[in-house]
Formats: sequence, C-alpha cells, structure tokens
Amino acid sequence: MCLSIPAKVESIEGEMAVVSVGGTTYDASLQMVEDIKIGDYVLLHTGFAIQKISEDEALETLKVFEEFEDLNKQLDDEEQSTGKRII
Amino acid sequence: MKYIDEYRDRELVLKLIEQIKKASSKPITLMEVCGGHTMSIQKFGIPSLLPKNIKLVSGPGCPVCVSSRKYIDQSVAYAKLPDVIIATYGDLIRIPGSSSTLDEEKAKGADVRIVYSVLDALKIAQDYPEKRIVFLGIGFETTAPSSAVGVLNAHKQGITNFFLFSSHKIMPPAMTALIDEGVKIDGYIAPGHVSTITGSGIYKDIADIYKLGCVISGFEPVDLLRSILMLIKQLEKGEPKVEIEYSRVVKPEGNIKAQQILDEVFELKDDWWRGLGILPKSGMKIRELYKEYDAELMIPVEVEPTREDKGCLCGEILKGLKNPKNCKLFKKVCTPSDPVGACMVSHEGACNAYYRFNKE
Ligand code: SF4
Repeated sequence: MCLSIPAKVESIEGEMAVVSVGGTTYDASLQMVEDIKIGDYVLLHTGFAIQKISEDEALETLKVFEEFEDLNKQLDDEEQSTGKRII
Repeated sequence: MKYIDEYRDRELVLKLIEQIKKASSKPITLMEVCGGHTMSIQKFGIPSLLPKNIKLVSGPGCPVCVSSRKYIDQSVAYAKLPDVIIATYGDLIRIPGSSSTLDEEKAKGADVRIVYSVLDALKIAQDYPEKRIVFLGIGFETTAPSSAVGVLNAHKQGITNFFLFSSHKIMPPAMTALIDEGVKIDGYIAPGHVSTITGSGIYKDIADIYKLGCVISGFEPVDLLRSILMLIKQLEKGEPKVEIEYSRVVKPEGNIKAQQILDEVFELKDDWWRGLGILPKSGMKIRELYKEYDAELMIPVEVEPTREDKGCLCGEILKGLKNPKNCKLFKKVCTPSDPVGACMVSHEGACNAYYRFNKE
C-alpha cells in the first residue's frame, strides 16, 4: 500500500488527470497537488498524485554520483602513489 | 522507465558499495521503517551486497502488520451485515482475523470489493444508495490523506452512505517507542513516501534528542545504498541529523496541501501497535465535525473476542528484534498461500518479503 510510482501526466480534466506508467494509464486525482502540467512527472499513490517529481533534483542526485566518482578516483590515485590509505 | 531505471544502474550500485566499504569498518545496524523499503531491500538483495559489518533490520513499517487483529475482526463483522459493502485495498483481504478473513466472508456471499482508490469507494456509494459502504482506511501518513479526501468529497457531494473505518497511524511515535524500549540501532532509513507528505521535520526529535541519524530514502537500489552511505558518514563524524536522499520527491516542508487535508479531517488518538502496545497520539481518528462518516460511531457492530495466534513472532519482527527465519513456523506452517500472521500476507510484511526474495 505504501508503494507509489513515478507517472507521467498525459492529460488533465478539472481535478482529474490521466497518467501513464510504462505504457499503462491510470486515473489520478490532482486534489493533493498544485500547478501540475501535462508532461510533468508525479508520484502516484492509491489513485492520487501526491507530489510532483523534481527533474532538477533527480538530475542533481545522479550528478552527485559523478562528482563522487571523480573524487574517489583522485583519492584512489593518491593512495596508489603515496601507498597510504586515505579513507 | 524514467526515474526508475537510472536508479538501478549496476555501475552506480557497485561504486556505492565500494564507498560503503571504505567509509566504515565498525559494526553498524540500520533500521528501515517502511514496508516499501523492506520489500526493495529484499528484492534487490541489498543485504548480500553490503559488507559484513553493516546490518539492516526491519521495523514497524507495514501498516497492515502493525494493526490489531480486532481491526480485521471488526471489518469481518461489518462484512457480515446485509446492507454493507466493504471497499478495501487488496492488501487486507487475506489477513487472518480471529476466526475468518474478508476473503472467506466474500466466498460466503458478503459484498467485499477491492478498490484501487478511495474515489472508487465513493463511486460505489453513489451507485448503491441503498447500501452502506465501509471503506477500510489503513496506512500511515502517505495513505491517510487520500482517506481524508474521501471524507471531504463525500461531504461536498452530499454522499451519506460512505463510512471510513480508520486504522490510520503516524510513524514517529513508533520510531521513538522502539528506542525507548531499548532496541539497539545506529540510525534510521526513514520512510520516503511518509515524508513526501509530512516533510523532514517529523524526525527532528529523533536526531536531536535520541541522537540517531535519519536519512529519508527512495526505493531503488541506488537510493537505498546512498542513504546507507549517508548514515554511515554521519556516524563516522558523530553528527546525527535528518537528511533527504530522496530529494526528487521529498521536500523539507512536505506536501502542505495534503497536510491541511489530513488536519481538517483527523485528530490524533492513542492507538495500539503490534509489538509496541498502546502509543500515545499515534493513531488518526475522524474529527467531531465529520463524525457522520466515521464507521465506528455510525455503524455499531458486535465483534468476536480477539484470538491471537500462538507462535507467530510478528510482534518481535516488527521491532527488529527477530527476523522471519527465527520463526519456527516460517516456510513450514506459514506461507503466503496459507499465512499465519499479517507479516506473511502483506507484500510489505517482512515475512512475505523474505519468503519471496531471500533465497539463502
Ligand atoms: S513466519 Fe508467519 S508465523 Fe512466523 S512471524 Fe512471520 S507471519 Fe508470524
């Protein structure tokens, strides 16, 4: 029941939207969210959109990994060249 | 699928595991308190990826599992009333009550319908004006707002034959009660979808007073591993705090509109939790203003005396003190097709997740 899935808003009529999850469409009430547009991604839970998914934050999360990766590589190189374990 | 596939990336997963290995060699126990996390952790085999010093335990995060057997018994009693239609999420239908299940009552002729949303229950109420529709409202802060919308819409649309039977609960009292009881953990993987509604503020006391880190996590392997890494880093620094890993969905302030809806319809009451007993202000009760939609008040019914199953360890499992494999009945007497306790029926229950995914 706690499961919620990212769904794309396909159309909106009043307080109801049609959203799609990997090809399957569902009705979703927009009563709990504000400023939703066609094309937005929302989190769908028991027939309600409960939050808009932030594209920026999603990209940011994945970007953080790239930075981690660079940092890690630097540290690894340093460890190798100095023979000392850093973290 | 967007927002899913990229968080299952193998490369990223492997990198994170490397970082977790480097980050600490101390023994660390982290608890997840969301049934969805329990399921993902088992499904993706996270424990087998982690180094030996990092242990994950499941907490009281399966709403069906922590609810009382009396709730099922009372739902069964409602189902037996000739003019009642039960509308429920699928999770509840096979949960064993003291002597029956909703499924068994349905087979005997009761009108029990599985709905996907409370809005479907309202539709049934409109289609069958001569019947009373009892909607079984179960779940934490994530699910409770939709039940509240059900009540508000019934009110707006003048529907008088819709009743909510609420077993809704809030998460923080259970998270602190566990620590008060002496359960030893080093941090919480905090529930992502509960926090979508509530925001991150509800865990502040856990970090400030109980000195336990809480990282609000998403549900994909990358999310979970990243949250674990964030918690380990907090521990290494000795700085427990509330952090949001799942920032693409969870805002610090949560979903304010949903919070207002919740507050409009519900007030807090003391409530019983499996394994933890009665916790003050941990359950949600319909306010006086909307009492005509409260099934408990409006449809009095006689409920059989509650009978608990002997040997079921659900209560201990929900506190993270035992795991399903410690239960003598697990896989032998108790299986998803013939379950003894709620923890085996619900997909979010630890016993069910272990049964399906943990093949060790
Ligand atoms: S395996 Fe079955 S009997 Fe054992 S604790 Fe889990 S639900 Fe209860």
